Amino acid sequence: MKVLVPVKRVIDYNVKVRVKGDGSGVDLANVKMSMNPFDEIACEAAIRMKESGAVEEVIAVSIGVKQAQETLRTALAMGCDRAILIVATDDVHTDIEPLAVAKLLKAVVDAEEPGLVICGKQAIDNDMNATGQMLSALLGWSQATFASKIDIDGDHATVKREVDGGMQSIKVKMPAVISVDLRLNEPRYASLPNIMKAKKKPLDEKTPEDYGVDVSPRLEVVKTAEPPERDAGIIVKSVDELLDKLKNEAGVI
Amino acid sequence: MDFALTEEQQAIFDMARRFGAEEIAPHARDWERDGTIPRDLWGKAADLGFGGLYVSEEAGGTGLSRLDATLVFEALSMACPSVAAFLSIHNMCAAMLDRHGSEDLKSRILLPACRMETVLSYCLTEPGAGSDAAALKTRATRTNDGYRVTGTKAFISGAGYSDAYVAMVRTGDDGPRGISSVVIEDGAKGLSFGGLEDKMGWRSQPTRQVQFDDCAVPAANLVGEEGRGFTYAMEGLDGGRLNISACSLGAAQSALDATLAYMAERRAFGKPIAAFQALQFRLADMEIALQSARLFLRQAAWMVDRKHPDATRHAAMAKALVTEAGSRVADQCLQLHGGYGYLADYGIEKIVRDLRVHQILEGTNEIMRLITARGLLAP
Repeated sequence: MKVLVPVKRVIDYNVKVRVKGDGSGVDLANVKMSMNPFDEIACEAAIRMKESGAVEEVIAVSIGVKQAQETLRTALAMGCDRAILIVATDDVHTDIEPLAVAKLLKAVVDAEEPGLVICGKQAIDNDMNATGQMLSALLGWSQATFASKIDIDGDHATVKREVDGGMQSIKVKMPAVISVDLRLNEPRYASLPNIMKAKKKPLDEKTPEDYGVDVSPRLEVVKTAEPPERDAGIIVKSVDELLDKLKNEAGVI
Repeated sequence: MDFALTEEQQAIFDMARRFGAEEIAPHARDWERDGTIPRDLWGKAADLGFGGLYVSEEAGGTGLSRLDATLVFEALSMACPSVAAFLSIHNMCAAMLDRHGSEDLKSRILLPACRMETVLSYCLTEPGAGSDAAALKTRATRTNDGYRVTGTKAFISGAGYSDAYVAMVRTGDDGPRGISSVVIEDGAKGLSFGGLEDKMGWRSQPTRQVQFDDCAVPAANLVGEEGRGFTYAMEGLDGGRLNISACSLGAAQSALDATLAYMAERRAFGKPIAAFQALQFRLADMEIALQSARLFLRQAAWMVDRKHPDATRHAAMAKALVTEAGSRVADQCLQLHGGYGYLADYGIEKIVRDLRVHQILEGTNEIMRLITARGLLAP
């Protein structure tokens, strides 16, 4: 079985995010970019399946700017076998929307015929949490989201999902799209020898036109703003005043 | 001329930085308190290829260039310069065995060292021979099946902790050509250690004297040829100086990063202290110092990689420039933190303490200037 792992180049999780002066989005010029952390977990899951012998090939795919090639090299250095880069824009500030990404991924699935797609549950930049679900709908495949444990057994997979208030186990038919949550695994570091081997692994470059997909935006960002600054705390004079504020100002009791 | 890191080099730096941030930095203070670095760290480091950074791949190493290795040390020292520098010493020994060791030494000593199942220490300095290393007195006398070694080595990082000691010993006459390099394994009869040195910095590394008292060393443990030990030791030092410079650079950079964050938060006279122009000038000077140090270091590493005739001089100049810039920046960062900089909780005072010795070891910065001047005055 082949596994496809979509990975996204996003602003590094350690970077302090700054909104652009005109409010059109987050400033990404000269900012450290990395692989979306949930996608790292997806890569790790796929690589472990390969190491266990359940999977023959792991293909990483990224859609975005040309620099996403670095993100794919990271995936290859972790242990993915080959990579596909779909250059869909030359502007680092253009985010390809989930539906366009899902359509492109469907086209890649049609061409590569993997038996499983493992992706991050969401990208930490726009937190859409939509691509995996859309992809499964377009493909007509089963979906299992927020996976914190995956067991594949022949023609079905058992997935433990993190849901509000606890865990849920579901059994889905293969092929499937599985989106992974934070606690599925701890991704490995790419070793120095594997970083050097990654350069020699194949990385195909494509465009949306190659797959006949239109990636023009359907959503309009109206405004991006910094979260409001937290007000300073106040000292209350009595328990009664505290209760009053909790009841009438904060509305928590 | 292309000054950019390659994609691969960036990946190396990022990985080492992350490994340091996750596996070293959270424990650095505890290890300093304990005076030792837990062994299991080395297993994790070796899995990533840190055990034989520039050892050839055939011998079990990673086969990096010296320039690539400076990226590793810069990144690791952002977490803890003491731990990073300890790894540099191990790698310096490993490189000597790779370049000059027999096949037997490579399979018996080097291979487990690359896997970091064993750790190596480097023994050159003696109580009476520091800068004038060629005056070392530890004597190795020929026997039927090897050598008997007697003498004392001083300031040895990892003494009493490591599994083998790469020691420069006198097998011949006075002067550099009478020196050979031998591997002395832990547990050898006649090998003992002094008390734990109480040091200003590098406190997580155990440092002791190493004493050889009629210590039997098999002939197979001679590295390369007899009488060439000093040459091997000096070769190793070019790279060691690059590494130690990189350790100053990374640690100073982390101090500067912490200072920038602190200055944006700390308020005085009604505004963040980063808003004061006098302090901004100091930030700018630190940035200029570190960026230029980084460039000069990488150029020196590039020259060592190309075996440029001037490589030794450039490694020496880089070592003086970068370690002094690093310590100056760390000291300024402490000052800008005010009283908090003096507290261990803020991590700056440890960097100041750890970096100070970089101006002394791997050849003092005075010796670095001597090497530089000799190059200038050579006919």
